[in-house]
Parts: sequence; C-alpha cells; structure tokens
Amino acid sequence: MSASDKAFVELVHLNKRFGTELAVRDVNLSVARGEFVTLLGPSGCGKTTTLRCIAGLERPDAGEIRIDGQVLTAPERGIHLDPEARNIGMVFQSYAVWPHMTVFDNVAYGLRVRRVAGSEMKARTNKALELVGLGHLGDRYATKLSGGQRQRVALARAIVYEPKVILFDEPLSNLDAKLREQMRIELVRLQREVGITSIYVTHDQSEALVMSDRVVVMDKGVIQQVGDPQTIYARPVNTFVANFIGVANLLEGKLLRRNGGVSELEVPMGGGHAPLHLKAEGAEGASPGQRIILSLRPEDISLHLQRPEGDSSVNLMEAEVIDTVYLGNFLDCQVKVGMHEVGIQIDHFERLARAQKVFLTFRPDHGLCLTE
Amino acid sequence: MENQKATAPYLEVSGLVKLFGNDRAVDNISFGVERGKFLTLLGPSGCGKTTTLMSIAGLHGIDGGEIRVGESTYTSFSRKLFLPPEKRDIGMVFQSYAIWPHMTVTQNVAYPLEIRKVDPAEIESRVADVLRLVGLSDMASKLATQLSGGQQQRAALARAIVSNPRLLLFDEPLSNLDLKLREQMRVELKRIQNEVGITSVYVTHDQAEALVMSDEIIVMSKGRIEQTGGPHEIYARPVNRYVSNFIGVANLLEGRVIRVTGPGRGEFEVNHGNERVQLPCCLGEGVSEGASAVLSVRPENVDASREERGAPRLEGEVLEAIFLGNCVDCRVRWGEFEWKVLAHPRDRLRPGERVFLHLDPNHSLAVQP
Repeated sequence: MSASDKAFVELVHLNKRFGTELAVRDVNLSVARGEFVTLLGPSGCGKTTTLRCIAGLERPDAGEIRIDGQVLTAPERGIHLDPEARNIGMVFQSYAVWPHMTVFDNVAYGLRVRRVAGSEMKARTNKALELVGLGHLGDRYATKLSGGQRQRVALARAIVYEPKVILFDEPLSNLDAKLREQMRIELVRLQREVGITSIYVTHDQSEALVMSDRVVVMDKGVIQQVGDPQTIYARPVNTFVANFIGVANLLEGKLLRRNGGVSELEVPMGGGHAPLHLKAEGAEGASPGQRIILSLRPEDISLHLQRPEGDSSVNLMEAEVIDTVYLGNFLDCQVKVGMHEVGIQIDHFERLARAQKVFLTFRPDHGLCLTE
Repeated sequence: MENQKATAPYLEVSGLVKLFGNDRAVDNISFGVERGKFLTLLGPSGCGKTTTLMSIAGLHGIDGGEIRVGESTYTSFSRKLFLPPEKRDIGMVFQSYAIWPHMTVTQNVAYPLEIRKVDPAEIESRVADVLRLVGLSDMASKLATQLSGGQQQRAALARAIVSNPRLLLFDEPLSNLDLKLREQMRVELKRIQNEVGITSVYVTHDQAEALVMSDEIIVMSKGRIEQTGGPHEIYARPVNRYVSNFIGVANLLEGRVIRVTGPGRGEFEVNHGNERVQLPCCLGEGVSEGASAVLSVRPENVDASREERGAPRLEGEVLEAIFLGNCVDCRVRWGEFEWKVLAHPRDRLRPGERVFLHLDPNHSLAVQP
C-alpha cells in the first residue's frame, strides 16, 4: 500500500466497555479503499464488538470511527449515526437467501421495503446483479442455485444499496468443510471483482490467511499484530500470534548474545542434560540473559536418521520419536527434545519407530526469537 | 495371548457375497486381518463397506462365502451356518452415540459386564480401568446427556471394549463430530485400540481418517475391492485412477506408456496441444508397454520454480496461489491441463507468473485407467 493511499475506514482509539470489562481496548486501524481486512481472534477477543461498532450496532465509549472522511461515531463529541445512516452493507450468513423468491426479488427486497421508485429499483438491482455476475439469472429461484451462486446473491443484496464498506460476520461458519474451502476462494474472487472495501470477522485462521489483504490479530480486546498473511505467519510478534496462526513449537530459553544480526540462545533440556545452544532470528532489541521463546514451524524442521555431517551453520538437535501420524502428503511426527515436545511436518514418507533416535536440523533464519 | 502364527489372519472373510434384490452390494470379496490389527474399509457411499461390516456383525445373512474369527465360523453360506450376533463376542461403535441417556457413564459402561453376570468387584475395577483409558475418569458419575459429542463417543468406545471382545467394529464413529475434534479423536482412537490390542474393522468414507488410523486399508467401489495395502502403499502406489483420485489429491494425465526403460520404469507420453511430451515415470501394477494409462502425480511432488532445470520442459502460468500458512496451494495452467501444485511459502509464487514444472520420475506413477 502506498503512503498516498488515504485511509478509507479509520478507527481511532476505539474503546468499548461491557460493565466493568473492556471488550475493545484502544483499537487503532486504517483500511484502504478496496482492501480486504480480516479481524481474527478467539471468541471474546473483541473482533465482533469492533465490527458492531463500525456498523453502529454498538455505541463505543471512546474514540472515533470515520469512513471516507465522514465521522460516524465520536462519543466524546456526542456524535453517533444510526446504522441505516451509515451506508454500510452487512453479510452475516451466506445462506440467508429466501428460497421462495427469485434472485431478482431477493436482491430488490431491501429497496422495495425502502420504497425506492420502480424504475430506479430495477436499475439498481440489475446493476448489483451484473456486478456479482448474476445478470442472466435474475428470474431463477434461489433454490435452483449452487452454493457459490447463493453467495453471490447474498453479496448482491448487500451491495444494492451501494454501500461504501461491507462488513462480514463469520459468513461461512455454518457450512461444511468442503463447501467452506470452496466458498472462501469464491468470496474473495468476488470481492476483488467488485472492488468493495471489506472488513471480515472470523475465528478461523486458515480462512483469514486465504482471503485477506491484511489480517488484524486480536486477543483480549487488544490488537496484537496487523500485517499481510505471509508476514503474520512468518514473523509473528509474540507467542499468542505464533500459536494462533498455524502451528508453532515454542521453546523457552535465554539470550546469550546478539552476533551479526543473529541471536544466540540457550535452551535448557532438563533431566541433568546440557542445555542446547541455538541460533535464530528476531529478538533484535533484547539484551543478554533475557528470557526468549524460540518459535519453530513444524515444516521448517528437517529430520535425519543419521547425524548429519558438516554444515555447522545449521542448528542440530538430538531427539527421540514419540509418535507419527501419516496424512498422505505429510507425515506429522512428534518427538522429544530433552524435556520439550516438538512437532515436525515431514514431506516424504519415513518409517519411524517409537523411541527411535533421530536428528533435527533447522536453519537460523527459520527460527524466530520472541520476547513475550 | 494364544499361541498363533503372526501371519495367520484372525478374522477371515472369503468370497463374501451379499445381494439386495438384484443388486450385488458385496460382490465376492476376500480379506483377512491379523490379530490386534486395525483394518479400514474405505469407499464412497454405496461401495459395500457398511454391508461388509454388518455381515461380520451378523446383523444379516449372506448370499455366498464365509466369515471366520479364530477357530469359530460366524457365517458360512455353503455350510448353512449362522452364529447369532450376541454370540459373536463383538464390540461395536456407531456414528450415533447409542449410549443410554438415563444412565450415568459408569452404568453405561458396566452394562455389558452386568448382563454377563461378572462379579461386581471386578466390574468396578474394569470400568474404572477403561474410563481411565478413554479419558473419562472425571465424568464417571455424570449422566450421558451431560456429555459433549466427543465424550459420548468415548463412553461408547469404553462400553465396546470393557468386555474385551474378540472384534471391534466401527461404523463411521467420528462423522458427527466437528473437524477439530475429529482430527484429535482419530489419533486418540488409534492409541486406545493399540493399547487394548483388539482386532478392529473400521468403516469410513473419509480418506484422511483411513490414512491416519489404519494398519491396512481396503479401498472399495461398487461392491468390490480395488486395492488392499498399508496407508503409505495406497497413497504412494495406487493401482488405478479410481484409487489415486479417492485417496488424497492427484494430478491425473491421460496418455500412453510408450517405452519400458527398466524394471518398473518407463516413459509416458501425453498430448500437449500439437506436441507430444515424454515424461519418465514409474510403472504401476499391470501397466505395460503400449498401454493406455494415467500418470498420477501428487501436488507435493510437483516442483514449480522460476528457473528452468532441464528436460522435460513444462512451462506454465500460475493461475492461483492460495496461502495456507505451512504451504501454498497453486494452480498452474499448462495448455488445457491445470496442475495442482503444493509449493513452499518461501517461494512466494504469484498469480500470472511463468513457472517451470519439474516432476520427480520416482513420484510419477503410470497407473491403469
């Protein structure tokens, strides 16, 4: 995103309290025009409350929400626009499409209720149907549509008011696994085609990774990290993000020294064994002796049956096999490294016995030191 | 443990036929399971897997063949033998939890022992043992209705194994659970089966479940066996297009084996626009020179890179690159064919990019159509 790209949706110091509990704590976020941003976190993290504040369904206690320069909410200044006055579309459940109506009537319904004149109603409905690629299916009954087409109807119904922003609240969570995976891709393609600014709420990390331009990871009402999916996955800022997005092995130790951009750390092995000395990235600002948590992705660890020779630049750990789970394209392997249990994802088949001794290696730039 | 040869099957099904009207639901199938092993019958609905399981359980008669466990014959069509289900000493776990809502977990699990009139002190200790094994010790005095779906299925499993039956039969026991729980229960169920060592037959349509849990898998279609083998064998060496497609994801190219180049090795030819492209490959079972065949290549065995690394030259365009965290699911257009490629996230492939595809001949398998 270029610096000249003005923030289209802005949340500034947003706070929302339920009783004594701060559900949303000083949330600041800018979303660019046309961007797809996902609020991701476990239940109770504040993502839905944030979305409902944007929609006007909740009144924040402090802060400000602006869309395209217009202030929607600013409690300290006594400003609060009603949901209808906000020009925002919402999609809750992809299947909230009325089966007894045609595609056209489904999309036109909201305009009719608002008594939009017949010719304008027709023109706007047709335009929305064109935008989602359903222009030719207006006469069809909703029951005759595929899952993907229903999704398009749901979106057309939200954009027929020509909103500036669309808010999605876990629209795919009621679908079965196979359809959900298909719909993710379908929905994000559609959003790109239509080009409408979208804010999407989910607790499903794979959904967030697949769909978003940027992901906002939340926990306990606080934004933990904002970034594109690759960055969030590869460079989580803390153990919460590392654990919530994908799978991470977290090994606790302490920093020995920083050396030419590489952190050298010591990880205790327990049981009277000598601690391991490892090299990894991250912990730029940390000082020697400080507590460090090493985050290692299962797919970044290589397993060897014999002690690998040579290459002293990679980290080496001795391990013992606990269990393996064969998944076809991957072999999930749990091993013991001293007192730590480590998960590895191997991309080829290997016959491993319980308690078998193996060797693990990982490159320093594939390990990440976290300080919190 | 009885003294028995390790290789002799404990459960043996031979020539099993079951008709529903004119429909051959199970069409002359034979297989064996060694004592203590975990066998999965895998296939889509209507393939005959559940009918086979019900035949073993004795829930219906059969129209041909024989079913034997250890020294005892359960059913024999030719000898007109049929052991009633309650005499078969079988534990069963179904998709519906089938535990009694008005009883506590302990009462549910104790029930099979009570009808066998086992001594109360022994009932108490055996129930405590299996509840510990399935991780329900804390729930012993709860009513079944107070349990979650996963816990109810654990209780059903505890009840099935408490009398230490000769066989455990499972009919899609995890399919009502949500994905996360299902994944966790697969591993758990396998661990418990391993620990109790009861010979098990498991029916599912879920290939991932079969791969994770089984010692051996039988892939079925239309009442017949397509392939029998260990999970890795089935995944890496499918015998035909059907198995390759049903287990995991595969790129399947139609063509011909034009040359046999060595033992189990050959060259596969595929039409690509006006060109013919030759790809070195492994030869699957029953595939010979000149035969029409299907080349099966798993997405994780296709390497997409920006650099060309020698022949054969497969140049394509990335259509889609879906970031999944630990891997990137790509679609690459190559003429009319769309390759599925599992790439490493660090490669950062982007839609619209030109890439070269490299196939490892060791993981390119020509199979029967």
